[in-house]
Amino acid sequence: MTGWLSRLLGRSEPAPQQGSSSIARERLQFILVHDRISLTPERMDMMKQEILAVLRKYIDVDGDSVDIALQKRDKNSLLIAEVPFTKSIHNEDYDPSRDDA
Amino acid sequence: MGAKVVTITSGKGGVGKTTTTANVGVALAKDGQKVVLIDADIGLRNLDLVMGLEKYIVYDLVDVVEGRAKLRQAMIKHRQFPELYLIPAAQTRDKTAVSPADMIQLTDQLRGEFDYILIDSPAGIERGFRNAVAPADDVLIVTNPEVSAVRDADRIIGLLEANHKEPGQLIINRLKPEAVRRKEMLSPEEITDILGIKIIGIVPEDENVVPSSNTGVPVTLMEQSRAGQAFRDIARRLMGEKVPFMSLDDASGGLFKRISRLFGGG
Ligand SMILES: Nc1ncnc2c1ncn2[C@@H]1O[C@H](COP(=O)(O)OP(=O)(O)OP(=O)(O)O)[C@@H](O)[C@H]1O
Ligand SMILES: [Mg+2]
Repeated sequence: MTGWLSRLLGRSEPAPQQGSSSIARERLQFILVHDRISLTPERMDMMKQEILAVLRKYIDVDGDSVDIALQKRDKNSLLIAEVPFTKSIHNEDYDPSRDDA
Repeated sequence: MGAKVVTITSGKGGVGKTTTTANVGVALAKDGQKVVLIDADIGLRNLDLVMGLEKYIVYDLVDVVEGRAKLRQAMIKHRQFPELYLIPAAQTRDKTAVSPADMIQLTDQLRGEFDYILIDSPAGIERGFRNAVAPADDVLIVTNPEVSAVRDADRIIGLLEANHKEPGQLIINRLKPEAVRRKEMLSPEEITDILGIKIIGIVPEDENVVPSSNTGVPVTLMEQSRAGQAFRDIARRLMGEKVPFMSLDDASGGLFKRISRLFGGG
């Protein structure tokens, strides 16, 4: 983020590595995205578990490598899911509408 | 409907609402505007002290709302600017003594006579905040460059939106340019990025502010104060002037480079 202010401030020395302001920015982005849709991290985790349960009906998912998170892109809040899976379940007989998996 | 009603609020306490109300009010009056300041922080009145008008209080906002005093009787005229008035808050009552409808009625009575009605909101998002915001045409949201204050500002933005109010404009107070440069403090650019609202002022941390509230003479009146300059700029932006943002260069002052590209000056 080399914006007007850093230009303005005239960068007399090389930019310091990671000041605490970048941590502040990341923390804020995380908090606000949850504040804005009133979804606490706890409920977020519940949602993640439910999504995982559904995914597992169809594909082989390793729960630990799944990353489901809220993100802010421009003015929009997005739910981003990254779900690496190993192999699909080839069960032609499986009827997803029946909840007996 | 002459006057514009501008409410200064924040969510988080102690970020500079009262300081901003007093200074922008004085700056507007200095520019020849007719201004009335209303302290809506019932139970914790402060604006009278920052304005240096505490010894002239006879009646307050609650006296007016409850019919013990006429509006005129509660309006304290500023000594130096005869077209600047203060309506003080009650010190011994609580926020429920006034309703949002009372605030709308009161400001409607004043609109014809004034150019600006500035309302100093209490911290929080409860009744006092709703009272202060109810009659607002414009809302100025004061924040500090720190995580908790920015978070609370975002909450206010959400509440304004939920109540179909105008989005509000941001004032970042107590910015330390050296800390921003060291990347130890959020920059105005980062904060406006995160909050996604328009910015109307950046006020530096200024050692003149505390002595000024000690003496009851707002920093706006000190020509050399950088915070004073920032408040004067905010007043002019409120009046619709395109005032470039001043560079917050080094603390030693001097360089008042103007930058306008980014915020479009108003
Ligand atoms: N730019 C500044 N530089 C230095 N000190 C400041 C600045 N702005 C405000 N202050 C100081 O911060 C303190 C809090 O300011 P102020 O009373 O205006 O905040 P507030 O938001 O009205 O607080 P409250 O929520 O309690 O009503 C005061 O002591 C004030 O002098
Ligand atoms: Mg205050």
